[in-house]
Amino acid sequence: MIRLLLWLLGAVLLGGIVHLSTVLALPRAATLDAYSRLTPLAPVNTMVMLPAPTAQAAVMPFMDPAFAAAVCRYDLRQGALKLNAPVSQAYTSMTFYTRDSIAYYAINDRAAGRRAIELDLMTPEQHAQMPEQEDVTAADRLIIESPTRTGLILLRALAPEPGLMPMARQALAGAHCRTEAEPQ
Amino acid sequence: MRLFFASCATFLLAAAIGLGATWLTLSRGVAFGALTIGAWTAWPKNGSVDIDPYARANIARNGELPIGTGDGVAFYAHTDDAGDPLDGRCGFRISGMTPPARYWTLTLYDPQGRLVPNTIDRHGFTSAEIIRDADGRFAVNVAPQARPGNWLPTGGIEQFVLVFRLYDTPIGVAIRTTKEGPMPQVVRKGCS
Repeated sequence: MIRLLLWLLGAVLLGGIVHLSTVLALPRAATLDAYSRLTPLAPVNTMVMLPAPTAQAAVMPFMDPAFAAAVCRYDLRQGALKLNAPVSQAYTSMTFYTRDSIAYYAINDRAAGRRAIELDLMTPEQHAQMPEQEDVTAADRLIIESPTRTGLILLRALAPEPGLMPMARQALAGAHCRTEAEPQ
Repeated sequence: MRLFFASCATFLLAAAIGLGATWLTLSRGVAFGALTIGAWTAWPKNGSVDIDPYARANIARNGELPIGTGDGVAFYAHTDDAGDPLDGRCGFRISGMTPPARYWTLTLYDPQGRLVPNTIDRHGFTSAEIIRDADGRFAVNVAPQARPGNWLPTGGIEQFVLVFRLYDTPIGVAIRTTKEGPMPQVVRKGCS
């Protein structure tokens, strides 16, 4: 009897380990996560406008239909990324995600405090290698460190009413993301 | 021989328990750090690096990008204030106060996060376009058939989800109590 209970206890403990490891491994095994969904639509290191979500089709679930959205699927292997996005009249935000869809940084037009959101995205190694005086001249540019080499940048502009959607899309059309030339 | 069978049974049982628990938690959408106000629940940590492993697994599985903490916060309602499910064949009234935010949007989805087809192509409202009364209060009528004022069509589906998103807001960042963050009421108004 005691032996049976011990086997059962072992099964429960082992089951717990199986449960935790599958939950932790799932983000890596997922084939329909946001990054995989956006890969066929968005070439690497290019800002691409996303189609507006409709009842028939949407790139991702739970997209806010009041927003125009553009995405930059980045890869920092070739160097740091420069981002430039004019802000729209209503509300503009930029959110940075790792390869596994973790939002590690978000900024909106008010926090950016200018007519455009301008920033540099780089890995911690690239940031450390930056020459010091360049750091000074680039002091007015915001530098974001990406915890992963690849990831997603989601740029969104609000259309306060449906008629203003073309205005929001127009604002996003002027946004860029591109890699800097590798320093010699 | 007995040892062999006992270990096999144990391993099988362990696999069943482990995978069963994973399946259960993911299909139920278990996540920690929930902020519930009335019928609405938000998970502010899901928009930051502090996201818990269950929410991470869920997001990887359904393919959405959670709203970032510096951007805003999303509140989900699956039931009304009385705890009854949001049935698309019934009418609901959403009214009252909204927490401080620069903008908010209210959107209706099916449980999988897809927009619901309807004749007027209306899927939600923003705080800028909603019709308010003289006191600045608003009411949204969520119903399958046309209603006066702010009508949000349900398309007559069996179960729908309401998402109330606040942009540029202290909710979820500095404010975590019900008093400071009043959310609109969700009240059922009869079924057709």
